[in-house]
Amino acid sequence: MLVEALVLSAILFVIGTAGVLIRRNAIIMFLCIELMLNAVNLSFVALSRYLGIEGQLYVFFVMTVAAAEAAVGLAIIIAIFRHYETVNVDNFNLLKW
Amino acid sequence: MVDLLFYVFAAVVLGGGIGVVLARSPVGSLLFMLATLFAMAGIFVLFEAHFLAAIQVMVYAGAIMVLFLFVIMLLNLGHDFRKDFTYGAGMIAAFALAGLLAGLLARQLRGTGDHPLYAFFPGPEGMDALLAEQGAVGAIAHPLFTDYVVAFELTGILLLMALVGAIAIAKQRV
Repeated sequence: MLVEALVLSAILFVIGTAGVLIRRNAIIMFLCIELMLNAVNLSFVALSRYLGIEGQLYVFFVMTVAAAEAAVGLAIIIAIFRHYETVNVDNFNLLKW
Repeated sequence: MVDLLFYVFAAVVLGGGIGVVLARSPVGSLLFMLATLFAMAGIFVLFEAHFLAAIQVMVYAGAIMVLFLFVIMLLNLGHDFRKDFTYGAGMIAAFALAGLLAGLLARQLRGTGDHPLYAFFPGPEGMDALLAEQGAVGAIAHPLFTDYVVAFELTGILLLMALVGAIAIAKQRV
């Protein structure tokens, strides 16, 4: 079951990456980043079954950081929406060049 | 039985993941993400990570996704059905990058089952003994409050900073 879990984790990570690259809605891009974090969590948990409890500890910390990141990121999205009235990232090109 | 359950959960995870990327409305994406998170919690249970499965449902599905939903509804994006996919060259570049990443990961995992490294894995017996001795929560709590206590306290400071930062950023007029 370990190899299957690692393969699932790899596929899910690629789906998340593709989502960040093809969607332009900031909130959905953010959800895709959470998807990538979850893919990594899955491989940590699968390997911790064989290599010891540390893998689960890292997942614990990753979840805490994900919660903090979601709060700050969504605050930034709210601030941007107040200014531009949209969350489509095609409209925010101030830092692009 | 365990293998069958794993494949069921894996199918839900993959379907949900694809749904997140392809759903038209943000709320639809969010609901697919919820399905993915719940199925992921199921997979965690299959790997004997019971505490993390509970945390996954309570923190991820319960708190973080509600925060997303709250922002979607606050900004009134629930019926934003316009297409927001990248077009033309951007789409091709995105798929090329994702394909490249998939190829690299597939190359890493090729023939994993009989990779020489796996012979050195201790196997699940050690973890089973640890879980039987200390229980699902104790096994995590013991190293968390001894070896990793500095990281644990720093996590508390990080959360406080995120709390203050989120309020400060969302409050100010830009």
